[in-house]
Amino acid sequence: MIWNPEAETMAIDQRKELQLKRLKEIVKYVYEKMPPYREKMDKAGVKPQDIQALADLPKLPFLTKADMRENYPFGLFTVPMEQIVRVHSSSGTTGKPTAVGYIKEDIEVWAEVMARALGCGGASPGTVIQNAYGYGMFTGGLGIHYGGERMGCTILPASSGQTKRQLLYLQDFGSTMITCTPSYALYLCEVAEEEGIDIKSFPLKYGVLGAEPWSEAMRDKIQEKMGILATDIYGLSEIIGPGVGNECLEQNGLHIFDDHFLPEIINPETGEPLPPGEQGELVITTLTKTAFPGVRFRTRDITSLIEEPCACGRTHVRMKRISGRTDDMLIIRGVNVFPSQIESVLLEVEGVEPHYMIYLRREGALDDMEIHVEISENVFSDEVKKLEALEKKIKQEIQAILGLSARIKLVEPKSIERSMGKTKHVVDERQI
Amino acid sequence: MKVQQLSIFLENKSGRLAEIANILAKAAINIRAATLADTSDFGVVRLIVDDVDKAVGALHNEGITAVKTEVIVVETSDQPGGLSKVLNVIGQESLNVEYLYSLGTRAEKAYIALRFDEPDKAIQSFEKSGVKVSTKEDLKAQNLA
Repeated sequence: MIWNPEAETMAIDQRKELQLKRLKEIVKYVYEKMPPYREKMDKAGVKPQDIQALADLPKLPFLTKADMRENYPFGLFTVPMEQIVRVHSSSGTTGKPTAVGYIKEDIEVWAEVMARALGCGGASPGTVIQNAYGYGMFTGGLGIHYGGERMGCTILPASSGQTKRQLLYLQDFGSTMITCTPSYALYLCEVAEEEGIDIKSFPLKYGVLGAEPWSEAMRDKIQEKMGILATDIYGLSEIIGPGVGNECLEQNGLHIFDDHFLPEIINPETGEPLPPGEQGELVITTLTKTAFPGVRFRTRDITSLIEEPCACGRTHVRMKRISGRTDDMLIIRGVNVFPSQIESVLLEVEGVEPHYMIYLRREGALDDMEIHVEISENVFSDEVKKLEALEKKIKQEIQAILGLSARIKLVEPKSIERSMGKTKHVVDERQI
Repeated sequence: MKVQQLSIFLENKSGRLAEIANILAKAAINIRAATLADTSDFGVVRLIVDDVDKAVGALHNEGITAVKTEVIVVETSDQPGGLSKVLNVIGQESLNVEYLYSLGTRAEKAYIALRFDEPDKAIQSFEKSGVKVSTKEDLKAQNLA
């Protein structure tokens, strides 16, 4: 459902006016209340009054994850701690975690955009949402939770893990929507198969899946195995958490709730804005957040914007599914590779499970890529030549799509570590 | 008559084969014949055991990839020329053998397991040429299954 028709179907010109008004306010606010960002603006020679049109946005400096680390934990908060009602923290795969804070009104904004996101994914008041995102310092669990309550859904705060229990809830509590990472959705299917349970026979209809990059082929597989419509949700704790954008049931790009989050696409190397439709790094300015506003925050996620109207009726700009991150893009023998591309290839090969691990090593001056792929029992052939043919087929497909040769190693089922949250797909042992 | 064989997928990791043997030992499975085909990355272990269903169950419980496959077992004389007699039939009838291995000998007879892509045609050819195809009961009687 369209949760907030007035905001979500607003005429584009009218929204642009609203964006500009909010942008001017937030820049002025940040200049006054966030000293580290004021310094950046002063250094760049830009004052709040220089922002008179949306086109002036590129004059403003970027806010980055490094700024958050330098001001760790609360140095970028713009209100006294007494007003902060909630702190979340990102996982911090490299170095220290980062902290983000919310005042009461920020939590309200978050619930509003999250309700829109769930509506995009098929929810309406009364939907029973099994929320299998982790509850805790991670924004996933509580973000979905507040949005679902705002909409009037029934929330099962299942959190992540306890997979057999999750299957039991799906069966007995009549969940009609599941929210979790796509890799966990597949893991649920795998455990269901082992237990002889058919998820398709349950009332489950929708999945709002995200928090990690995934591919179209993986979507097909999840939809087929669970008998659901799966949509991609986008968000990051630095901006607000989940609910920055979500695909509608057209499944053709994620609507960014751009009355709250103003998106731009830039060239990640030069920082220059890119023309509409081109792929680059997503940069977001929060227009309505107070405790920790982000002006031109560099998400490091790679995507492009779609400005054409969407058949669903929402006028929010769309972005393509995230194809990777500037920091998990692998450069192998000079070729840019995203793990998600390898995943797509594997899903196209019949009988192969999308469980894989990429090992990169350097042999002399050359990068060596080895991909471990789990074999499934239904393609396991007693004949070595058939298994070798399977390896060869994967190798050829990868060569055709990436233009790179990789060694393929078939490994035993379930030998690659399963993750409840974000899945690791690359072991880079190159000493560069 | 086809005989059921156990085929197991194994990564080339030290100790993996011993693990399989331990699982089967714990399940009181008697291994009558074993062969291992390997590449640099993985191996396929093929076993003739006394209770193939129980063996598959025990391996699955431990998360091992194991399936039941079928081979043909023929008996021939345990003397020079015994194997060539069998292979001549295969040559004459243009049958395609995927692999073969020996189950050992009993009372002047040698038993050979063969995998064909067209097993029914192979059985007919052997029977026509007077090569005896063993049944599961024959093998049981000889303590070979």
